[in-house]
Amino acid sequence: MAVSVINKGTKPEPEPRVRTGGHFMLGDHACAEGALAAGLDFFGGYPITPSTEIAEHIAVRLPLIGGRFVQMEDELASIAAIIGASAAGARSFTATSGPGFSLMMENIGLAAMMELPVVIADVMRASPSTGLPTMVGQSDVLQARWGSHGDYGIIAYCPSSPQECFDLTIRAFNAADQYRVPVFILMDEVVGHMAERVIIPAAEDIPHTPRKGPRHKPGEEIFLSYAPDADMVPPIAHAGEGYKVHMTGLTHDERGYPALNAPTHNKLVNRLVDKIRLNAADIVMYEEIATEDADTIVISFGCTARSARHAVAEARREGLKCGFLRLITIWPFPEKRIRELIDQGNVKRFIVPEVNLGQIRREVERMTSLPVLRLNHAGGEMPAPKDILELIRS
Amino acid sequence: MSATEQIIHPAATVHPIDNLLRADRFPHILCPGCGIGTVIHGYAHAIAASGLSEDRHVCVSGIGCSGRAAGYVNVDSYHSTHGRALPFALGIAVHKPELNVTVISGDGDLTAIGGNHLIHAARRNVNLNVICINNFNYGMTGGQVGPTTPVGAKGSTAPRGAVEQPFNLPYLAKATGAAFVARWTVLHVREFQDAVLRAMNKNGFSFIEVLAPCPTSFGRANNIGDGLHEVEIYRERCVIENGAQNLEELDIDLIDASKPITVGNFVDIDRKPFIE
Repeated sequence: MAVSVINKGTKPEPEPRVRTGGHFMLGDHACAEGALAAGLDFFGGYPITPSTEIAEHIAVRLPLIGGRFVQMEDELASIAAIIGASAAGARSFTATSGPGFSLMMENIGLAAMMELPVVIADVMRASPSTGLPTMVGQSDVLQARWGSHGDYGIIAYCPSSPQECFDLTIRAFNAADQYRVPVFILMDEVVGHMAERVIIPAAEDIPHTPRKGPRHKPGEEIFLSYAPDADMVPPIAHAGEGYKVHMTGLTHDERGYPALNAPTHNKLVNRLVDKIRLNAADIVMYEEIATEDADTIVISFGCTARSARHAVAEARREGLKCGFLRLITIWPFPEKRIRELIDQGNVKRFIVPEVNLGQIRREVERMTSLPVLRLNHAGGEMPAPKDILELIRS
Repeated sequence: MSATEQIIHPAATVHPIDNLLRADRFPHILCPGCGIGTVIHGYAHAIAASGLSEDRHVCVSGIGCSGRAAGYVNVDSYHSTHGRALPFALGIAVHKPELNVTVISGDGDLTAIGGNHLIHAARRNVNLNVICINNFNYGMTGGQVGPTTPVGAKGSTAPRGAVEQPFNLPYLAKATGAAFVARWTVLHVREFQDAVLRAMNKNGFSFIEVLAPCPTSFGRANNIGDGLHEVEIYRERCVIENGAQNLEELDIDLIDASKPITVGNFVDIDRKPFIE
């Protein structure tokens, strides 16, 4: 559906930004509602299965509450446009899937380097290449972390339900603004196309973390777009606010000016990584069930976690000492918690079911010499609870 | 007291557009004889003449020598990625329509890697002022040919001469919907400045091609000795034809001395802007 920009205020009846109440809602739509509730100003996107419902829903809703929806000519343009809008102060957003996500990679690095907050939903489908456009995959998780060239930090949330699509999208906008980073919502086709009950709270109960702005008026002194506070995140000034900022993807000094030398580069890139790495304790989210005495821990995320939860509950009923760790943030990876679980001394092995050929298993293996059992599918279908249960019993 | 101190009075050191340039970034990276400085100068003068506060002006560029323009103008400025200046600028212009957003970038950036964004921004009639500095080659990377290189002109990736038909940029811009289209050269300082000012005052997509010498990369490979030599070519062969209707016939062939180079303000129409 090609919907162009509709001018502000053309619709007489009031449209609520936050649709408070209980709904039976598609995961994609819940993500869109989360973005709207979080204060979305600008959406630039390009249709791609299985994320298109996010764009369609925002195309209907956003212009009626004073925001702008633009269907761009491709994903290269979509990501560039939302970064530009962010530079002008917008809470900006796009939604895509694997092929489009690949096209966005270069400018994801630009957003990381310019430290312009953007939120990107990637509804994962079976890949590589065009793959299975309408069927599930979870194989973009390493791409989300490492896809653009160079070292930089990002945050990625991985919802397992439509309710989490709503909640984590709000969290994604807040985290993007708090840390001045690109933030991903790594959904998958199953979660995006699943309808479940979604509770949307009252508008005043939606958490909002604003960007840190300049602490002096324009012209009083030179504003430094890249002078970090103790949290390693610099305050930000936007286009049109009078601070005469300069931002570039080149290595730059605190003023934002190109500084093409090794010491500046080393300092800058380390900070881009450290501002996420060293704040991980405040960012990382996970759900844990029955890990206290567990000798087997199933680690899972997204749609696969739904099967895993079921399998772990069944295993417990059978008397097996099995626990469950569900990753809500995939990046930063909950390294600390996994090491703590290992240090408890009960754990003999991990099981990592995922709809890819072992991307998160590799992360877990990096942390332990204990066996990490795999349960992989390349995509098109997700593991059933019985598949995971069989492995727990083994 | 030295001779220098006697001659330079403090008041005389303040140029009228000093506050519009980031003098703290000088010396700049541009080569002797390069035309990009003249373009930046014209843009700065147009800002001063626009009557809008400089806080309302924004400059966005892509990658390349021309892409460095954004780094030298003292307004909110963004040096984006190769080819993506236009969608980046669209994001700014759509979120804050009160800002006057100018994209300054090169022919390779805007018409090769960024060509798709150019035709779609023109089609949408987004309120952007595009200054496309055409020096007929990729200068920063050392003189490779591109979609504006005249047939027969040499570049490091076409050592026996370019064989592809180049773009006729004003024709392309008009055909894809630009509301204001002009072509000037860095010789036409006043006319160029006036065209930029008209673009700033136009609510819609404006496209200005400005020919600029690149003596280091293009000139050296094509027997155009220095910047002055190329400007001399402009002087000898440019024909001003404002409002020219036959844009499809106005290809540029910098190499063929028998062909005129038609410049002017070609298109100025009212079309429904992207945001009213």
